[in-house]
Amino acid sequence: MALEKISAITGSAVYVPGNDIDTDRIIPARFMKCVTFDGLGEYLFYDVRKDADGNDRTHPLNDERFKSATILLSGANFGCGSSREHAPQAIQKYGFRGVVAENFAEIFFGNCTTLGIPCAVAARADIAKVAAAIEANPAVEVTIDVDAQAVRFGDDSIPAEIRGSARDALLNGRWDAIAELHEGVPQVQTVAAVLPYMAT
Amino acid sequence: MPKSLFEKVWDAHAVRNLANGQTQLLIGTHLIHEVTSPQAFGMLRDLNLPVLMPTRTFATVDHIVPTDQFVEPYADPLAQAMMDELRKNCADNNVTFFDRESGKQGIVHIVGPEQGITQPGTTIACGDSHTSTHGAFGAIAFGIGTTQIRDVLATQTMALGKLKVRRIEVNGQLHPGVYAKDVILHVIAQLGVNGGTGYAYEFAGTLFDSFTMEQRMTVCNMSIEGGARVGYVNPDQTTVDYLQGRPYSPTGADWDAAVERWLGFASDPDCSYDDVVVIDAANIAPSVTWGINPGQGITIDQTIPDAAIATSDDEKSSIIEALEYMKLTPGAPIKGTPINVAFLGSCTNGRLSDFREVAKFIAGRKVADGIKAIAVPGSQIVAAQCEKEGIDKVLSEAGFEWRAAGCSMCLAMNPDKLIGDQLCASSSNRNFKGRQGSTTGRTILMSPLMVAAAAVTGHVADAREVFEVGEPVLA
Repeated sequence: MALEKISAITGSAVYVPGNDIDTDRIIPARFMKCVTFDGLGEYLFYDVRKDADGNDRTHPLNDERFKSATILLSGANFGCGSSREHAPQAIQKYGFRGVVAENFAEIFFGNCTTLGIPCAVAARADIAKVAAAIEANPAVEVTIDVDAQAVRFGDDSIPAEIRGSARDALLNGRWDAIAELHEGVPQVQTVAAVLPYMAT
Repeated sequence: MPKSLFEKVWDAHAVRNLANGQTQLLIGTHLIHEVTSPQAFGMLRDLNLPVLMPTRTFATVDHIVPTDQFVEPYADPLAQAMMDELRKNCADNNVTFFDRESGKQGIVHIVGPEQGITQPGTTIACGDSHTSTHGAFGAIAFGIGTTQIRDVLATQTMALGKLKVRRIEVNGQLHPGVYAKDVILHVIAQLGVNGGTGYAYEFAGTLFDSFTMEQRMTVCNMSIEGGARVGYVNPDQTTVDYLQGRPYSPTGADWDAAVERWLGFASDPDCSYDDVVVIDAANIAPSVTWGINPGQGITIDQTIPDAAIATSDDEKSSIIEALEYMKLTPGAPIKGTPINVAFLGSCTNGRLSDFREVAKFIAGRKVADGIKAIAVPGSQIVAAQCEKEGIDKVLSEAGFEWRAAGCSMCLAMNPDKLIGDQLCASSSNRNFKGRQGSTTGRTILMSPLMVAAAAVTGHVADAREVFEVGEPVLA
């Protein structure tokens, strides 16, 4: 199965400010009581989006102006904490196709890449520029250009790095590694054969 | 050329280079549980792929199990569905499942070591970020997502970029009343919650040389809270002694060969590191968190930070956000903060030595009125040993509820949850907003003995004073 080559993501964007937004915040643990990822989208950021009675709080994702956003902007250390893939799955199922942040927690970054979600790293001041542009005009078209490593918005553009192996994987349709890993199985058996603990 | 343990283990498991520059890395040991594996088995079915090496995956159930209900079906049908799915996936794919009937069930990071499945020089993966725990044995252990669980099931490998290695050398001895938990909270407070991004942490120095395996596990467990996906301690005689006689440990001539091989994985003395941090163990004091991430920590004698101390706008806004959520007063001593719940347990501090230490000091004392206190052993084996030693009785008499093994209130995917804005003195690993099951619930992370001190006094307290541990130490 050939994977899509992801060279750019274009759409409207929403800015969710804050640093150290952890995976419990992205998808609270109680919503992980499931055996499929279907339906996780509606629980994205649930506890910061909803009050105890399930009513909307003030949150960018509840703002009508940003309802159709497909690009998520945030702060530093985005996705820290748990390894739960439920977090990027919820982001994707909600409708986001790319994330721009100051930096990402490592496991989260890898999980996103494996799902074909580009995670672009940009400077705080630059993210603030994009945030200001979408605040002024929520419909402004934003593009995460994976190839050029930039985020374009309106007539402006900021540098946005996508780490080497992830960029290559996205651009060449190799972000889901399973096919390539599977090709290597004969060599896997060879490496395993010389490790005594693998014999049991 | 001299190499670190990380490089040696990596090189022994590197299968080939992938087109994107990553490495296809053999994962020798795969651990699974009920929360993150069902979807992976589903993906495997969709791709019509079998589990490549079923004997190298081991399963247990931990996150969703009720700790006060032993008989299925569980009251929560969603929890039961996850349990059923795991049981079926293991049976269909010939994967060993340490369920409750086996007597070996428990938190996955406690089960692996106690079965002797976790061994030096191996690669381990598990769909859980606290997989770094297994690094205590000199294994390279990765927390992974569900798609990677699929990759490991189908190919026994995953695609990974090589990490850098930071040696964190802690020398000297801890003062009485200071524990492994304080060491890792100190490291995280010093290096930050994302200071370890891109690194494996090698914990070394004379303190780690003197540490037991359980102490090493507590520290490695929370590597990820400092942003480091991997943390490890070089294997030594302590490691070997721990593993001798465990169910999955080699025996006879294989044992001798294994020991020699294991010790050979230790970092070469003259190997180079990408970074080195040196810490004096004598400077570490009992630590508690005051905020909403594990890096927001202070020592027990300090006061709750004021946003005015912030050196950046970022720090200022995170202090304000944390104080608002925690409902704490800046400038006030953390000591004396009233608590509602005391939780002993988790993959960080749910081992035999944790309960032994608490029992030693809490005997004859009582949990303060109005405090809900629960003690949750990390595994059925820990529970059985505690019960054999009478630790369960000591804790029960003190007023702790003695529960069955599981993750319990660490992340509250089971009936053990905070209610409303209850404040919990917790021996677990994360104090994120809502972590313990209530969207306004509050968590203060600390060592097990500090949890016990909070339980008996009803507020955050210095265990050294409450239990007269050693000589009082000025911070």
